[in-house]
Amino acid sequence: MTREAALVLSGIRHRFGRTLALDDASIAVRRGTVHALLGENGAGKSTLMRIAFGMLRPEHGTIHLDGDAVAFASSAEAIAQGIGMVHQHFSLVSTMRAVENVALGARGRLDLAATAARMTAVAHATGLTIDPAAMSGDLSVSAQQRLEIVKALVRDARILILDEPGAVLTPDERAELDRWLRHFADGGGTVVLITHKVREALAVADDLTVLRRGRTVLHSARADVTEDAVIDAMTGESDVGAAWRIARTESDRPTAGAAALRSGATGTPVLALDHVHVVDERGVTRLADVTLTIARGEVLGVIGVEGAGARELLRVLAGRLLPSQGTVTRPAHVGFIPEDRLHDAVVPTFSLTENLALAEAGAARGTLDWRALVARTVDVITAHDVRNGAPERRIDTLSGGNQQKFVVGREDRIGLDALVAENPTRGLDLRAAHAVLDIVRRTGGGDVPSRAVVFYSTDLDEVLSVATRVVACFNGTVREVRPAEDPADRTPYARALVGAS
Amino acid sequence: MELLLLLTPFLEASLRTATPLAFAALGELVSERAGVINLGLEGCIIAGCFGALLAAGIGGPAIGFAVGVLSGMAIAAVFAIFVLVLRTDQIIAGTAMTLLALGLTGTLYKVLYGASGAALGTPTVGPWAVPGLSAIPVIGPALFRQSVLTYLLYAAVPTLAWWMHRTGAGLALRAVGERRAAAEAAGIDVPRVRWGAILFAGAFGGLSGATLVLAQVGTFNEGMSAGRGFIAIAIVVLGRWSVVGTAMAALVFGAAFALQYLFQALDVQLPYQLFIAFPYVLTLVLLAVVRGRTAAPLELGLRDGTR
Amino acid sequence: MDALAALWDGAFGSAFAIWSATLVRATPLLLLGLAVALAFRAGLLNIGAEGQLLMGAVGASAAALSLGTAPRAIVVLAMLAAGATGGALWSGIAAWLKRRFGVLEVISTIMLNFIAAALVSWLVRGPLQEPTRIYPQSSTFSASAHWPFLIPGQRLHLGFAIGVVLALVLWWWFERTAGGFRVRAVGAGARAAASAGGVDVASTVMRVFLVSGAIAGIAGAAEVGGVTWALYEGLSPGYGYTAIAVALLARLDPRWIIATSIFFGALEAGAAAMQRDAQVPAVVVQIVVALVVLGVLAVTALRDKQMAQRLAVDAE
Repeated sequence: MTREAALVLSGIRHRFGRTLALDDASIAVRRGTVHALLGENGAGKSTLMRIAFGMLRPEHGTIHLDGDAVAFASSAEAIAQGIGMVHQHFSLVSTMRAVENVALGARGRLDLAATAARMTAVAHATGLTIDPAAMSGDLSVSAQQRLEIVKALVRDARILILDEPGAVLTPDERAELDRWLRHFADGGGTVVLITHKVREALAVADDLTVLRRGRTVLHSARADVTEDAVIDAMTGESDVGAAWRIARTESDRPTAGAAALRSGATGTPVLALDHVHVVDERGVTRLADVTLTIARGEVLGVIGVEGAGARELLRVLAGRLLPSQGTVTRPAHVGFIPEDRLHDAVVPTFSLTENLALAEAGAARGTLDWRALVARTVDVITAHDVRNGAPERRIDTLSGGNQQKFVVGREDRIGLDALVAENPTRGLDLRAAHAVLDIVRRTGGGDVPSRAVVFYSTDLDEVLSVATRVVACFNGTVREVRPAEDPADRTPYARALVGAS
Repeated sequence: MELLLLLTPFLEASLRTATPLAFAALGELVSERAGVINLGLEGCIIAGCFGALLAAGIGGPAIGFAVGVLSGMAIAAVFAIFVLVLRTDQIIAGTAMTLLALGLTGTLYKVLYGASGAALGTPTVGPWAVPGLSAIPVIGPALFRQSVLTYLLYAAVPTLAWWMHRTGAGLALRAVGERRAAAEAAGIDVPRVRWGAILFAGAFGGLSGATLVLAQVGTFNEGMSAGRGFIAIAIVVLGRWSVVGTAMAALVFGAAFALQYLFQALDVQLPYQLFIAFPYVLTLVLLAVVRGRTAAPLELGLRDGTR
Repeated sequence: MDALAALWDGAFGSAFAIWSATLVRATPLLLLGLAVALAFRAGLLNIGAEGQLLMGAVGASAAALSLGTAPRAIVVLAMLAAGATGGALWSGIAAWLKRRFGVLEVISTIMLNFIAAALVSWLVRGPLQEPTRIYPQSSTFSASAHWPFLIPGQRLHLGFAIGVVLALVLWWWFERTAGGFRVRAVGAGARAAASAGGVDVASTVMRVFLVSGAIAGIAGAAEVGGVTWALYEGLSPGYGYTAIAVALLARLDPRWIIATSIFFGALEAGAAAMQRDAQVPAVVVQIVVALVVLGVLAVTALRDKQMAQRLAVDAE
């Protein structure tokens, strides 16, 4: 054990029920460094760090903190030992004030004034300023992330674990965060950055560790590895890694089709919004005066931070939300792949066949022909390679990726003229993500009539890899983003996300 | 003039009937702030009624209250096992606990006291006039010539409000009900907080039942809780999940129950069933009119363990 | 042991016990069990079958008393219609409160149970009281309002046949029709039903609430038309609550409700005999009811937990 090791986990094994989530996972984080923990979705990154943070107890393996063996009974103990964790989905109580969120976990009498003073002190020392009296739910996403970090720093955290911190930030905010993390590490702090984005990791990390299926497969200093080596380690299959790299390159160069469409050679309009407004039940305007046309053969990429209006835009286009004002033109059947699969796309306790029937449940009349539905379910299962799929099987017995392939296959059949997809690759491994993106990209060709596709993702690279043109949502408005001269230049998108033209 | 003379007894009766309602509602409030809606509260109340009756007959009122509280906690403990260990739906589990407690107490009562029901000699707690304060005109006798339970309530309301907003444990309780993930991340043991909250609700439900028997009715009959547990849940909604608001809403319902005494005194000729039904109708009307939903804890009623 | 023997004899000990006690008690449980199952399948926790039964009984009694000696077929049909209307009216209040104001149906239906009991108590001492004004009950219905018996010499009446047919129809409807599937989808995943299937969840739930109340109301009509021939206070010894256990034990499957309602009918009939012969109080049935509900809940929970454990890694 070297003296400079701040946090070392070795030989960690952990099970969820009968599933082995971690098997011989290890990581050694040096003090004063930014350490990236990489892996695909489901590789066990978050699980490993939850163990370091005392939220889970490993079945096997050891944890050393500053060279001493520790065994945390709860995250309270980890916090007391100077570890702080910023979770992917923030753990703030939105109905409480910032200062109450910081005080959460304290014992005995509350002294909110003292807590607010500590926050001010941290702000002076680090530049992370948060109004203690602000209602947490009213803070912007990046401010919420700042508050999470402040929460840890107020408790004197020396080791900060951040789980996918970039996912919710605009590129500018990301760069700002990276700068701050570097500053924190230079001052003697230690950072573990959980991410599945290789570029993000390589841009900021000193060291990196790669997990694949619960095992540590690569541990290296940043300087000693290439992007390709990391991708191969993450996927474990050089063919998938290669395909992934190709997709990356494509995203840097918008396709010829896109150029053709932009130059005016558009197909027939399929989806159209005319001066559409959406006001939610609280009276907040979610979409303001949106006019938009999407033609056959187009893939409209949609970007926007949370709450910017993308959610509503997609639902209006898919016919799942009626506008408060304005007119919507759309085909009778629009395929829709919502982000929250288990709540919005499938009924987890239903069989695959029942979940297929679900898609037409609203319009169906009279009796249902189950035999025909079973046959169609089998079609979807075979056409989309739904592993372990059987018509009578409960859909929640499938893995997330296979569930999603089934949903995409179902909506692909419905949305012959138009398909709307919202973050459809979230939580999927690369192989499943590719299968999903292939369907989205397939706007037509051959004897398949072409259709209009709307694609939203929080991953800008992903959007650029499939879209023929891109619109950005900001504060309820929707504006087309004009690419820069150099297609690899992301500046126009970054600016559009924050409403700058 | 006649009305003014009636005001003091009406206020007095309102407070007296509000006391058990307020205990039950404050218990439910704590449970709901931890994100657990406890429809077994009615069961805790009836268990408290029966436990108090049984024990008071043997050891006097003090023992009666102690056993009443423990009985309520026992029902709550079973509810907690279902909701926190087995992670069942809160509403169904609570309803089943209410049915279980109603059946158990009814059966035990018949077995122990026979079909005739011979529990009339139960020792009870009478009112005690606070020297000085009870001499204040009009409100003095109403507020300060009550049983010791009402005075306990006077103390419980500010204490609970202080605890909820001025201590780390109170903050933790609220966080668990609003966003359990946040509480977990802050190192708070969520199941332990919820166990505590459910048992507290059971204890206060039991106290409510014991008060009903030992300080109000003086005897027991099957199903005597008569929906008070459910009314208490409505009271929490009307009180917008705040301690003081809940206590005030309980007073409104105490007045609704006490209305029949007022009308009897005024000799108004109305069917007595109207008075029986009135608190229930009022519950429905107020639940509809007071749009309290937005103040509800965000995790309220969500099944445990669904990450 | 004596108590158990008395229970068995009271439930199945003789032809009379079966056809005139057990199945007669099973009839309201069957109808109410279906009402509860329909609601629960849609995710609607209707705990108000008790009150809806009472209001159904009120409607049917009013019909029977006002039609007097009209032909039997007409009176019985009118009682059915009035019973269903009474029940639907009562559940409709809760449905409206839920849709318009978001009032939790568990609380509203329980409040409505108490209000219905008070209403019946007033009616049988007021507008519907028998002419001598001595007893708290309505006049006994004329013979044309007596529902036909199914077996000569036994008390099993038309209500049971209606219940069995309704159970089979409901089962077929759930399994084979688009409407039934919609209800199941709404109950199992309301958001997915709305988002993926375009189902109008609020109206579906509203309709289910009304039909559930109507079925419970028919149970009330069957009680006054087939058993009591008059409106009484305390017409139901908590059938509406027992029906929750009936429905849950059958796992909300209408076919199985026929069996579970007979089981609980036997329990009620046997318990009455047990109280008479062995001095064991009949409320013991309530304990069995609660234990059944908790048992079903625990078994389901344990199975779900195993399932959740198998899938836990996906949640990451």
